[in-house]
Amino acid sequence: MKEIVIISGKGGTGKTSITASFAYLGGKDVIVADCDVDAADMHLLMQPDIGRSEDFYSGLLAEINQEKCIKCGKCADVCRWDAIPIIDNQYIVQALDCEGCGYCARVCPTDAIRMIEQNVGDWFISDIKTGTKMVHAKLGVGAENSGKLVAKVKNEAKALAEKEEKAIIIVDGSPGIGCPVVSSLSGANYVILVTEPSVSGIHDLKRVYELVKKFGIKAGCIINKADINIKKTNDIHTLLKEENIDLICEIPYDENFTKAMTMGKTIVEFDNGKIKQILEDSWEKIKIAN
Amino acid sequence: MKILLTAKGTEWDSKMDPRFGRTEFFFIYDEETEKIETYDNRAIANEAHGAGPKTAQKMSEFGVEVLITGNGPGGNAGRVLAQANLQIFIGAGEMTVKTAYEAYKQGELKTA
Amino acid sequence: MKIAIASGKGGTGKTTLATNLASFLAETEKIILVDLDVEEPNSGLFISGENIHEEDKFKMIPEWKKDECILCGNCQKVCNFNAVMKLGEMIMVFPELCHGCYACSELCPTKSLPMKPKKMGELKHFKSGNLVFIESKLIIGEEQAVPLIKQTLNYVDRNFPKRTIEIFDAPPGTSCPVIEATKDADLILLVTEPTPFGLHDLKLAVETMKELKKEMGVIINRFGIGDANVERYCEKNNIPIIAKIPNMRKIAEIYSEGNLLYKKIPEVKTQLEDIIAFISKFQQEVTL
Repeated sequence: MKEIVIISGKGGTGKTSITASFAYLGGKDVIVADCDVDAADMHLLMQPDIGRSEDFYSGLLAEINQEKCIKCGKCADVCRWDAIPIIDNQYIVQALDCEGCGYCARVCPTDAIRMIEQNVGDWFISDIKTGTKMVHAKLGVGAENSGKLVAKVKNEAKALAEKEEKAIIIVDGSPGIGCPVVSSLSGANYVILVTEPSVSGIHDLKRVYELVKKFGIKAGCIINKADINIKKTNDIHTLLKEENIDLICEIPYDENFTKAMTMGKTIVEFDNGKIKQILEDSWEKIKIAN
Repeated sequence: MKILLTAKGTEWDSKMDPRFGRTEFFFIYDEETEKIETYDNRAIANEAHGAGPKTAQKMSEFGVEVLITGNGPGGNAGRVLAQANLQIFIGAGEMTVKTAYEAYKQGELKTA
Repeated sequence: MKIAIASGKGGTGKTTLATNLASFLAETEKIILVDLDVEEPNSGLFISGENIHEEDKFKMIPEWKKDECILCGNCQKVCNFNAVMKLGEMIMVFPELCHGCYACSELCPTKSLPMKPKKMGELKHFKSGNLVFIESKLIIGEEQAVPLIKQTLNYVDRNFPKRTIEIFDAPPGTSCPVIEATKDADLILLVTEPTPFGLHDLKLAVETMKELKKEMGVIINRFGIGDANVERYCEKNNIPIIAKIPNMRKIAEIYSEGNLLYKKIPEVKTQLEDIIAFISKFQQEVTL
């Protein structure tokens, strides 16, 4: 089984549109996993019919049992986040400030504080329009994205792929350079970096590739909107050579990406010309790359 | 020599788990006594952060000298394993436990 | 007055708007621009100025002192983040995982884990005419953006009077760093695109800001592509659309070089003027 993870560092490079295109081209042979849970958008192009849905718990929140509380104030004293102010003569935990460290619960003399696992979102397994399944998730407001949720989504995808004997898992990876990306990359066989030829695109590509290198996973790069700045595209070529990253393809700036999205379609369903050809050729390359 | 492999199951024919920190099982083979020991690590799925060092800490308790896995550990886990003096081999993520062990014996695996 | 520029989705033009708006305003008054997207700060790629001040930013983490330690393992037990571990005869600390709660340190029976500062990032302070620019950058491998955002905001509060206009370039998404970057702001400007992805992520951002009880306005970037659903949504939910920055290939080209837009594209300048008019009106209403 081959796990292909698509990441970008910077937002707005077209990562999700491109991932969805590969999912479409892969058709019944692939399982799709959306690990970009902070801003999960792939479902907008894949028309999921939600079959299974479960709550997801992660992180802790302190809760004070007012009946047991003797108002000694020890909890508020040890809290480094000032998350336990006195309101109307009661110590009340402020959910958005509580870090979940549990120090307050450990020093409470009357065991009045419990640490409760928080319901931070849901995850789903859905049938999608390409005749296969997608695993995806939705995080609640202000919830922390974590390696745990990403690992959960990927695990479910893997179990499905094994059960249904699919050869490939396509993963829309998490943004940034923190724990969720690390979890997205863990266990991957091939990484696709989607970038654009701009100062910010290159800056973020370098930062995220530092992370990929640590895992020793083979990587390929797609330069989207390549004709916006030819000089910067050439700079990316040089970078790829130095780092021994495959150049998978260059995609020209094309507003059909947006037109397709507006109709809830991937670009390969909408465009019958050059872009479709480029992505089809790329998909053939990616399938055999390792 | 005691060897630990990150695995999806507890048999020689089980698939390797390519992940280090969130591996489901440890498969431990003692070459001297030819005995097999396994450890169920699935509770690691409950950890939001720091799965790598936690798994590494657990591994260090088994007194193994060689670790065989898929992608290899990240920086924090690497520090723990260095402390435990483990030799680490990577790139066995797609094999079964048996073929991974054989590949290691043939010197076909990369060191991390 | 504090204005935070935010968006649910990444890559909608937050940094573009923050840098252009701040530079344009600075032509007539003193402005402070603060890049709070500490994981990927990009405002600095568009702004240059004289370096006024630099400082390292620290978080407090425990440091193991071997001599008195009795290896009881209490530190590991009280840590909820796997940041302290007992390994054989030693205690190991993982600085990137530590949230700085002090539990292991203060609950250690032999005081063998005193808290020590550890560098987590750098703050830089630039000046160019009326424009003050402050940027913080997290070290790669550090997992927590929130403490650095908090310290950066403290630096701004300490060094500048309250009446100046402060513009915050917030991180993308809706998770804790966004909350930290926006919770003290008087006004939130949400940047979006008129596409299904843009709308979906705008809704998440609006829900988040409603939870924080914030005043907000929407700026539609790349206006002209996509559809009218973002406008419909804003109308239905009574969220003012302050400006519509047109979709032009020329904008993408100028941006890709790291240059400001409003000096070269008059359409962008008129939209900035609309945003400034909105801000002034808001400011008057608040002070009344």
